[in-house]
Amino acid sequence: MSPDKSPILKVSKLVKRFGGFYALDGLSFHVVPGEILGLVGPNGSGKTTSINVISGLYGPDGGEVVFDGASIGGAASHKLVHRGINRTFQVPKPFLSLTVRQNIQVALAYGQAAGDAAAAPPSMAQLLEEYRLKEVADRPAADLNSAQQKMLDLTRALATRPRLLLLDELAAGLNPAELDWIAGRIKALAATGMAIIVVEHLMGFIEQITDRVIVLNAGKEIFEGTLATAVHEPQVIEVFLGGEHAH
Amino acid sequence: MRDASKHLLFILAPLVVVFALLPGAYQNHLLLFNFVIFLILAQGVNIIYGFTGYLPFGYVGFFGAGAYGFAVMVMHLQTPALLAVLVGGLVAVALGLLLTPLLRLSGAYFAIANLAASLAVLHFVANPALEGITKGPYGVSLTGTFNPTNAYYAAIAVLALTVGGVVYLKNSPFGLALQAVREDSVSASMAGVNIVKMRVIAWLGSALVAGLAGGIYAWYVSVFYPDNVFSSEFSIFAIVFALFGGVATITGPIVGVLILYGIYNLIGFTTPQYFQLIYGLLIMGLVLFLPAGLVSLATRRGWHVP
Ligand SMILES: Nc1ncnc2c1ncn2[C@@H]1O[C@H](COP(=O)(O)OP(=O)(O)OP(=O)(O)O)[C@@H](O)[C@H]1O
Ligand SMILES: [Mg+2]
Repeated sequence: MSPDKSPILKVSKLVKRFGGFYALDGLSFHVVPGEILGLVGPNGSGKTTSINVISGLYGPDGGEVVFDGASIGGAASHKLVHRGINRTFQVPKPFLSLTVRQNIQVALAYGQAAGDAAAAPPSMAQLLEEYRLKEVADRPAADLNSAQQKMLDLTRALATRPRLLLLDELAAGLNPAELDWIAGRIKALAATGMAIIVVEHLMGFIEQITDRVIVLNAGKEIFEGTLATAVHEPQVIEVFLGGEHAH
Repeated sequence: MRDASKHLLFILAPLVVVFALLPGAYQNHLLLFNFVIFLILAQGVNIIYGFTGYLPFGYVGFFGAGAYGFAVMVMHLQTPALLAVLVGGLVAVALGLLLTPLLRLSGAYFAIANLAASLAVLHFVANPALEGITKGPYGVSLTGTFNPTNAYYAAIAVLALTVGGVVYLKNSPFGLALQAVREDSVSASMAGVNIVKMRVIAWLGSALVAGLAGGIYAWYVSVFYPDNVFSSEFSIFAIVFALFGGVATITGPIVGVLILYGIYNLIGFTTPQYFQLIYGLLIMGLVLFLPAGLVSLATRRGWHVP
């Protein structure tokens, strides 16, 4: 895999405030197509908030989000989906009373980029099969266990053919076998040219799949590079030491 | 769309045929007419509540606006009845557009704001200062267009349109997307759904059918006061009937109207003194034991209910 060198996403000096509290405080980073970028940091450091801003859930209070060369900060989520951004949620958010199949159908029907008829959306059967939802396809999403709901979140995102995929703690709560399996799937997606940002507390998982990591603390990046070098960085060690995820 | 044709053939068609033929067999024409009106209103509530989750406590606002749209056209422009009914529908849609900011509210806040809005429309229409246009609180008399037979068939046509609309919602990606918005609007937008647009379309659709029903009601009764066509009984009945049967289905609101409005009339005729009590107990029982409506008796067993 040789990632295209021009970034698909560039975040610069991003600021997000909640009242007087700065959840993001001048965050900058980029990701290139085909790359898997890890976003790590202690609880409350702003990982989910950055995903929320990039996916249009919140408008930024400062700074810029540039996707595909265009500034997208503050655009509505559904428009960003049509441009090629999608995500999963830390706590999965399926349409509970709809069946698994219907959950995916909505994204297949509404999530396709306008005027992009050339590339076919993934098929329902393939998504159900690849993400182990075939057996439960006709059950309401409320019946799924948490791992299955996470996979449903992921298939809903993939049904819209994203070029930038943001995964918020997708691996948390999976067993070791499932972890290996989903690591393989994420790598395979990146191999198709998809840019992927992975937020995760499981360092082993991050090490296994990412090309590069950004370490966040208090809404700022304090390190950028490979995880192997990050763990020798005094500032990173310090941030993680008080935290529950210290090694 | 095989299911859609089945739904049209086995639900919509029999309903329309039965109500079209009933006046030949049963002489209480007004009662049949009221059934048709409540079928329309309950399905209208189904569209906005069942598919998007907004509980329209002031739903009667659209109905009354439609009735007065009809009356104003007939009184001042001598418009033919059918055209005036269409105008009634459009007046309700215009009111719906005016009220779209309410969709930013959720849950009880929306329900209360909607109720307040319907009262505001009532007081606007009933304002003596508008006597020259609406006849204010003194009521209207539209003897020129009086034709219950035609009004009844027009009501059946609107019922067909409304049930057809619900069949569409039940069988289309559009209806599925609406339900997705109801379940989780954030996830719906991540599925690419423009949630504001979807809510507005459903809202205006349900306003349209209530407005058409109101216009036809005005045509049928021909003499009425603001309090009649803005009576909150219409909102409450339509909501209770829809909930009793089960919303987000085609058959639920129909079953709800047939059973509850049937019982309502039965008790009303035979033992009016027990009416309030029996009706109240019935509704309480429903809320306590069958919050998802009668159809949930079947869906709980894993049966599919259209
Ligand atoms: N909608 C909101 N309103 C107010 N504060 C918020 C909101 N969302 C996030 N925050 C705050 O912003 C900070 C960053 O939260 P965020 O969810 O981005 O952290 P995180 O890095 O994802 O943490 P975790 O690892 O626990 O998921 C936290 O202090 C959080 O309480
Ligand atoms: Mg988080």
